[in-house]
Order: sequence, then C-alpha cells, then structure tokens
Amino acid sequence: MTAETFIRIDKHPEKNGMTRRELLKSATALSAAFVVGPGFLAASNAAWATEVEALKPETFATLVQMARDIYPHDHVGDEFYVNAVKGYDTKEAAPDIEQGIRLLNAAARLKQYDNYLSIGWERDRVKVLETLQSTPFFQRIRGGLVTGLYNQKALWPLFGYEGESFSQGGYLDRGFNDINWL
Amino acid sequence: MAAPFELNDNNVVVIIGTGAGGGVLANELAQQGVSVVALEAGGRYLPQDYVNDEWESFGQLAWTDPRTTSGDWRVAKDFAGLPAWIVKAVGGSTTHWAGASLRFQAHEWKSATHYGEVEGANLLDWPIDAAEMAPWYEKAEEKLRVTRTGGREGLPGCNNYLVFEKGAKALGYEEVSTGRMAINSEPNDDRLACRQTGFCFQGCKWGAKWSSAYTDIPRGEATGNLEVRDRAQAARILHGDDGKVTGVEYFDQDGNLQMQQARVVCVAGNSYESPRLLLNSASSMFPDGLANSSGQVGRNYMRHMTASVYGIFDKPVKMWRGTTMAGIIQDEARHDPSRGFVGGYEMETLALGLPFMAAFLNPGAWGREFTTALDSYENMAGMWIVGEDMPQETNRITLSDSVKDQFGLPVVDVHFSDHPNDIAMRNHAYQQGSAIYDAVGATRTLPTPPYPSTHNLGTNRMSENPGDGVVNQWGRAHDILNLYVSDGSQFTSGAAENPTLTIVALAMRQADHIVGELASKNL
Ligand SMILES: Cc1cc2nc3c(=O)[nH]c(=O)nc-3n(C[C@H](O)[C@H](O)[C@H](O)COP(=O)(O)OP(=O)(O)OC[C@H]3O[C@@H](n4cnc5c(N)ncnc54)[C@H](O)[C@@H]3O)c2cc1C
Ligand code: SF4
Repeated sequence: MTAETFIRIDKHPEKNGMTRRELLKSATALSAAFVVGPGFLAASNAAWATEVEALKPETFATLVQMARDIYPHDHVGDEFYVNAVKGYDTKEAAPDIEQGIRLLNAAARLKQYDNYLSIGWERDRVKVLETLQSTPFFQRIRGGLVTGLYNQKALWPLFGYEGESFSQGGYLDRGFNDINWL
Repeated sequence: MAAPFELNDNNVVVIIGTGAGGGVLANELAQQGVSVVALEAGGRYLPQDYVNDEWESFGQLAWTDPRTTSGDWRVAKDFAGLPAWIVKAVGGSTTHWAGASLRFQAHEWKSATHYGEVEGANLLDWPIDAAEMAPWYEKAEEKLRVTRTGGREGLPGCNNYLVFEKGAKALGYEEVSTGRMAINSEPNDDRLACRQTGFCFQGCKWGAKWSSAYTDIPRGEATGNLEVRDRAQAARILHGDDGKVTGVEYFDQDGNLQMQQARVVCVAGNSYESPRLLLNSASSMFPDGLANSSGQVGRNYMRHMTASVYGIFDKPVKMWRGTTMAGIIQDEARHDPSRGFVGGYEMETLALGLPFMAAFLNPGAWGREFTTALDSYENMAGMWIVGEDMPQETNRITLSDSVKDQFGLPVVDVHFSDHPNDIAMRNHAYQQGSAIYDAVGATRTLPTPPYPSTHNLGTNRMSENPGDGVVNQWGRAHDILNLYVSDGSQFTSGAAENPTLTIVALAMRQADHIVGELASKNL
C-alpha cells in the first residue's frame, strides 16, 4: 500500500468533491487529532482525509491512534499509520476489528475514561493497551504493523534508510566508507 | 546444455537439493563424467531476477512452507511457523548467504576429546580431522574465490566495519579484519567485484558473491552430464529387497508424482528437509526411516549459538551501505573454559535494512523503548555473533503428526532448547559486543535475540561408530551402501565458524570418493 491511498485535500480537492472548508463543516471533532464525517476520517487541520468503507469512522480513528501508540514515531505523520491499518477496512475484517475496538474502549472505561481516544497522555493509553497485549486482537494489530508500517517505501527516508542501491551502482563510489567522526 | 535423462535410467546419481552441498556435488560429479539428476524443490532465479527489497526478496526465495516448533528457544515463540530462514530455489541458501568462509579450528573436529564430559551434551569427535580436510579446504577456497586466501585481497571496510574495528582495537582484540569472504574484491572467475550495494542476503545482483546458482549449477549443466529439475520436490526414497536405494519419488512442477530411478542417491535438502525425507521414506524393512538404525536421524539438531548486538551512536553510521557481513573479530573463537563455557564464538558485522530491523530487533516488543531505538536507525552499527552450540539428542527434527504440506506429506516439527553452555556463551558475547560499541562512544546498546536459524546442522551426523550417527566419514549412510548425505546435516559438531565452506569442502571430497567408488564398481 502506498501513500496514494490517501486523499490529500490540499492537492486533490476534486477527488472527493469537497474543499477543505466544506469538509471541516461536515465533520465533528473526535479527538485533538481527528475529525470524522459520513464515511471519512480526517486530520483536525484537514491536512489529510481518508474514506472509510467498512468500519465506522470512529473505529478507524481509534485504530489509527492505537497503531501510533504501539509504534510511536513522533517524526512520522498519521498518514503512514493510516496506510498501515487501511487493510482492515474491509467487509471481511470489519466485524473482528469493531469487536476489538469495543474491547479497547471497554478497557479504557475500566480505567474511568470515556473511551480510548479521549485519553490525553500516551502513557495512560499505553496502560490501557497493556491490559490487552496478550489478546489475539492486539497481537494481530501489532504483528500487522511490523510490515504494514515499516515496509512502506515512502517512510524509509524518514529514518535515513536509502533502500536499494543497485540502480545507482551500489555505494562503492557513493559513501560506503564515508564515516568521518571515528 | 541440460542433459535430459530418462526416468527409468538407473545409472544416474540423484541429488536432492542444489544448495551449498548438493549444487557443488552435482557439478563436481558432472565434471568427472558422472550422470547426475538434481531435484530442486524451488524455482530458478539468477542475478537479474533478484530483488533488492528485503520482504519482496524473502517472498521470492525463502522456504515458507509450513513448519512447526517446540522447545524453550525464543524463536518458537517469536516465529512459531518460521524456525529457519533458508532458501527454496536453485542454489539453495547460497543465494541468501553472506559469504563468510572460515575453516574449522583443528580442535573443533574433536570436540568430545577437547571439551570432555559436558552434561546434557551429546558430543562426539568427527571421524575426520584438520589434516584430512586441509587440502579440501584449499580447493573449496579456490572454488569460492575466498578473499584473504590464495593471494586474494580482502574487501575494503564499510562504515559498519570501521566502527566495529575501532571498538575491537580499543578493547585489545587483535584478530580483526574484513574477513575471509566468498565475495570478489576484484573481478574473478566470471564474477564481478563487489559494488558495496548492501543486499548480500537478497541475492547478489552483481554476482560478486559466490552462489552455486550461477557458478556450479550452470557449469555442471554445460558438461551435458547434469540435469537440474527445478520445482521438483522429493517425497520419498525407494529401496529394493536388498536394502539398497533404487530411486526417488518426487512431485514435479505440475504437482504430479514421478519416480526417477537411481544408482546412488545423495540427500542435500538442508538440515530440516534431509532428515524429513529419510523419515518420510520409512518402509516395512526400515520402519523408523531410512538410515536410522542408530535412531539418530533428526537428532542433535544444532543452529549455532547466535545473537546480535546493535550499538547506537550520536552520529550517523549508515550501516546498510556496503557488504552485509563486512568484518570479523576472531579472538573469542578459541576454546578457553576459563570464560565459563566450552568452545568459542566469532563476532561478525551485520547490517539489516529498516524493514528487517523492525521485525528482528526485538520481536514482539512495542512502545517507546523499541521505537526510539529504530528512530536512531541511521546511527546504528551492528554485529552478529555465531558460536559453537552443544549437540543435544533431544533437540531434534520429527515429523508433525498434525500438519501436512501441499503434497499431503507431514511437515517437520523443530524442537530446540538452549544448553546452559549456549546461554553462558551468549551472555559473554553480549557483554563483549556491547563493550566494543561502548568503546566507540555508543549512547545505547541493544542485545538482540536470535533470528530464525540460518545455520542448520547435525541432524544426520557423521560418526565413526554406526551406533552413534547416521553417516560415515564420507557422508555415506552406515546402513545403506548407495545412500549419501551431502549437506550440513552431516555435521558431527557445529564449531564456531559459519558452516558453508566446510559443507562445500565435504561435498568436493565426497564427489571424489563417489567417483572412485563408481570406478571400482562398489556403487
Ligand atoms: C541470510 C543467511 C546468511 C548466511 N550467511 C552465511 C555466511 O556468511 N557464511 C556461511 O558459511 N553460511 C551462511 N549461511 C548459511 C548457508 O547458507 C548454509 O549453511 C548453506 O547454504 C547450507 O547448505 P545446504 O546444502 O545444507 O542447504 P541449502 O543451501 O539450504 O540447500 C538445500 C536445498 O535443498 C532444497 N530442498 C530441500 N528439500 C527438498 C526436497 N525434498 N526436494 C528437492 N529439493 C529440496 C531446498 O529448496 C534448497 O534449495 C547463511 C544463510 C542465510 C539464510
Ligand atoms: S555488497 Fe557486494 S557482495 Fe553484497 S550484494 Fe552487494 S555487490 Fe554483492
């Protein structure tokens, strides 16, 4: 999956037939980070939006937050986490995911929060996740992220990783031994 | 030119598997005029087909048919369905391998003698020794064009190596170099020189690294004496009333069962599939499986004591630039029980790309301790540790009683638990590995658990006495005159060194022996 599964509001207003302003008008805030509307999830500042087909937009938003809390990288934008879990937005997967997120919200309520997304600090969300970490749902999401998140080519440069080098003749003439601080 | 042999040609030597052992044996026999049919379960991929992308390449080349696991090793929990990382393709795991090519140390051929009684270990001396193997090692080094042997230059050191070398020297280590590698430092033997592209594990697109896929196999085929049937998976070895093997049943590329008659059968499917095949070939005459009168088929499974250490620094290293395994420290490879364990270990640089690092750094881990380490990926240096593990009778390959493969044959269950000696050695290595990076100013070190097994050894071991093992000093089954084992499963002990040079040397020696036996009509 690539970052192209995204609707970039800034770049492609025509794609979903909505301008940024219209989008925000039809949306309601879900947390500090997300807004939802009919069939879509967007960043609160509408920097991006994605259609949600099989899952409830609230469920999908919670899943994205959960993904970030499992593998938090502050320099990695939400779109990569959205891409990483987008594959669960199918008819086949949706029932299990809805069920899993219900479980997650119930775990949050046990700790006196309204729901998972309403928890302000990552540390407190992690405490909720810890109560679920041996469940098949948590393990499925975590396991899927290992490739779903880190195998996105567009994400590699954010970690400095350069990927294949054969097409450029390898690093023999391009810095394989350029370390200068030893 | 592939030489087509008839299925009912009972004059051919049938080799099962075309990796380090089978691929070399096939070519060596073909060069000496012996007719060979090699059956290979995987497909054919050449440098132009290799993909420099970790997961995509894994999907292309790795053996991903089901396997099951048990025992207390962490791999059984982290990678329950993937106990080993080995290849299913023409050329076998020599497409994936990093190229480190080391000889055993003399004492390692005689581990029982040198290490004495080690509780719980099933140590045994090899029926061969360093003097016997020296000329074969020389031939193997020449075949693979191993650097720092035969007058060949070493490879230049990449960033990952330079960090490692500096730390090693700071600690007073002396045997530190870019190692003996089956990777060309200069064009040689129709293979290009290494371009430091950094995807040695994914198949070298320059052909700088030796692999039987593009050397021994096509050269053997060019003689007209070797036919390689790819996507042909051996299912059962058949035998006659006299107890000699007569042929091999296999599933061809269309899934149809075929039977190739044979004068001699050589098993070289790596240390899971070779014993599996012998066990799956059980008959009324051999109810416990072929060549198993000792009960040792599948036992004494070794996977080397392994671990990794990554160091994080405050400045970039870019370890992925350059050869994957780019250097070695050998000072700890000696046998010195004062360290609290028998045998020794090698430290070798290792670099993983970001996708594999995420999967292997600390499988199952999540949260900031894990992700902040990955955040520093660019500033990481890494090493792999490989040491001698103890053979244990209970570490073994058995047939699964519940899981079957696509052909309906029972898959292997891999049972492994660390021996206390393995654990003591790993802890020592974690300490030394971390100290190396600390000496260069690491801000954090990461003692990383073993990956799925890349070195799989010992499950059809060589022994002097037929009661102690499966094959004799030639890799010939004690029980069956015309059945051979030609891969890493014949290892009596694992030694500290990466195994492939030894597998190749043994295959060359075995070829010479088989040619002699054929000539003198003993086969
Ligand atoms: C990532 C990686 C890095 C490595 N680095 C090094 C290194 O630097 N140095 C080193 O010495 N070693 C290294 N190794 C190990 C090395 O690759 C193996 O030791 C060596 O290739 C084993 O040789 P083999 O002949 O036993 O089996 P393989 O080379 O694995 O060949 C076995 C072949 O048999 C085929 N086969 C299996 N069952 C059947 C069947 N029933 N019918 C037909 N065909 C079958 C398989 O498909 C395979 O092609 C590495 C391995 C890996 C995976
Ligand atoms: S680093 Fe060298 S040996 Fe490894 S894949 Fe690249 S060219 Fe081949």
